[in-house]
Amino acid sequence: MITVSNLFKIFKSGEQVIKAVNDISFTVPDGQFVAITGRSGSGKSTLLYQLGLLDRPTSGTIFLDDRDITALSDKEQITLRLHSLGYIFQDYAILPSLTALENVIVPLLMQGLDQKTATKKATTALKRIGLGDRLHNLPGQLSGGQQQRVSIARAIGHDPKIVFADEPTANLDSETSQNVLDAFLELNKEGQTIIMVTHEPEYAALTHRVITLDDGKLVSDVMN
Amino acid sequence: MVQKKSSWVKIKTDSTVGMFLAKRDIKRANPWTTILIVFVMLLTFLNLVVVSGILVGLIEGSVSADERYSSGDILISPFLNKSYIEQTPEVVATAKTVQGFQALAVRYTAGARVESNYRTTIRPDELRDGAGASLLGIDPTVEHAFSGVDKFIIEGSFLEPGDSDSVVLGKNLLYKYTPIEAPGFQTLKDVSIGSQIKITIGDVQKEYYVKGIISSKVDTFDGSVIMLDSEARKLIGRSDYNANQIAIRLVPGTDPVVAKAMLLESGAGQYGRVQTHDEALPKFLKDIQATFAILGNAISSIGLVVAAITIFIVIFVNAITRRRYIGILKGIGITPRAIAISYIVQSIFYALAGSIIGIVVVFAVLKPLFVAHPIDFPFSDGILVATVPGTLARTAILLIATIVAGYIPARIVIKQNTLSAILGR
Repeated sequence: MITVSNLFKIFKSGEQVIKAVNDISFTVPDGQFVAITGRSGSGKSTLLYQLGLLDRPTSGTIFLDDRDITALSDKEQITLRLHSLGYIFQDYAILPSLTALENVIVPLLMQGLDQKTATKKATTALKRIGLGDRLHNLPGQLSGGQQQRVSIARAIGHDPKIVFADEPTANLDSETSQNVLDAFLELNKEGQTIIMVTHEPEYAALTHRVITLDDGKLVSDVMN
Repeated sequence: MVQKKSSWVKIKTDSTVGMFLAKRDIKRANPWTTILIVFVMLLTFLNLVVVSGILVGLIEGSVSADERYSSGDILISPFLNKSYIEQTPEVVATAKTVQGFQALAVRYTAGARVESNYRTTIRPDELRDGAGASLLGIDPTVEHAFSGVDKFIIEGSFLEPGDSDSVVLGKNLLYKYTPIEAPGFQTLKDVSIGSQIKITIGDVQKEYYVKGIISSKVDTFDGSVIMLDSEARKLIGRSDYNANQIAIRLVPGTDPVVAKAMLLESGAGQYGRVQTHDEALPKFLKDIQATFAILGNAISSIGLVVAAITIFIVIFVNAITRRRYIGILKGIGITPRAIAISYIVQSIFYALAGSIIGIVVVFAVLKPLFVAHPIDFPFSDGILVATVPGTLARTAILLIATIVAGYIPARIVIKQNTLSAILGR
């Protein structure tokens, strides 16, 4: 479970003060698939960066279960990201010099698994999202949808508590986007908590819950 | 709950991931870029080893030529307050009993004046064509066996037993080969094979024919008038066979220090100074040796700085252009240390590849090449001095410099904000 309380992210540019995340509070129970939507510049990606510990909020707290993860040191946050969080970027962000399998193996090795176990786990994750026949392909040899699925496999390979996805279908055509969404739904059906930023209402409608932001504020929080 | 790991386990995990990333980065890098970087490292290594090796080898060539052709492994010379080695025949007999003895040469030396145009009438205020020289009396057969220096004749021929009216001139005595004109340093002009010269030692004068001219790059011969030992003894008035030099050659592998100790034990030390070749080296030569070693190290240090800067630039450009890559790694939980290790491993790879190729080039190509074809310096045949321990030490220094130069830029980029790196802002 993740609990967000009075979260602020304020940027200052000269005299100008921008509240990208403005006093947001909500709770996501385990196993829920949440969509965060809103117009461009509404603060949805910024909120996700705070939740995923890629950035520090200006104030407020984020509790993962009963632990305030905003109070952790940089090192502790890296460890937490490695063990408990999975992150899927809009533009896949997979490592170009590593094959699909190696991209998924790296965080597993970092967890201290030996290469054999890591390979086995990574292979399972890739097969789970339908990339069993592309294990040894470099990113350049994969389509956009396949690259995004590698990114998903990397995010779920270490069985994280929560997967964060930042507009995972933004760079994909509708058919591939649907495939990626299907993969998320499948994962969620197996109990995976997912928080996904999207600006496409039809994809948000497939989730359990839609949180809408506007100018950094939470303007609606509805269950589907 | 995430279990806390010990520092050792963390380092091991970071190293495993760093190695994993580095191996793949190297494997999948542009091969031409890799070749270029390794080539730069090879040149740096050669600069580090070869430049100083040649500088040291320049003097080493002179020193080893002196050992090979002149002083041998052990040199016996008169005490400083004596003009000859007392009981020379006895000392020679003792030297032949030393364990590891191979050969020896007994030589007579004296200061002399050589003149070439003494038959020409000159004005009272003019100097005769003459030069100060060392007189060197040798047994040609023994000298051939000991040093084989006769092969360095560049004009005419070397002395033979019975050549009592002939001499061989060292090239440094002739203007033709040593065109130096300075007050106090005269050389002979218009002297060629068959010319007559007059040698004066004290009150004794005698005329000889020039039979040959020698250029050995060993001062003992190149600055001397070489004649038969029997003639030298007559000129310097030595009828007791007491000589000025006994050069002893030992069987290869024999320790000269041990042989010297045996000679001293046998009593040779009471008749003359017994020195190993290293001890007998003139101080100025030792000073030049040390000076060139310092010079070599100074030049090598510049090479080392160039190597460090090269690696710094390579890794910095690599890290900067892959800022996003590093951001992603941090984003997925890879520790900064694991990322730094991957860059350090890449630096080590470049330095090791350059060094290993460099070691092969130095020991399999350049050293044998320099032995077969020494560099023809005016005063020595320059060789390449590169010892295995010295080369390994330089390789280690290069590696350390490379590790530091690889770590610093990687660290600079790794320290940047993760999100900014991922988003490229």
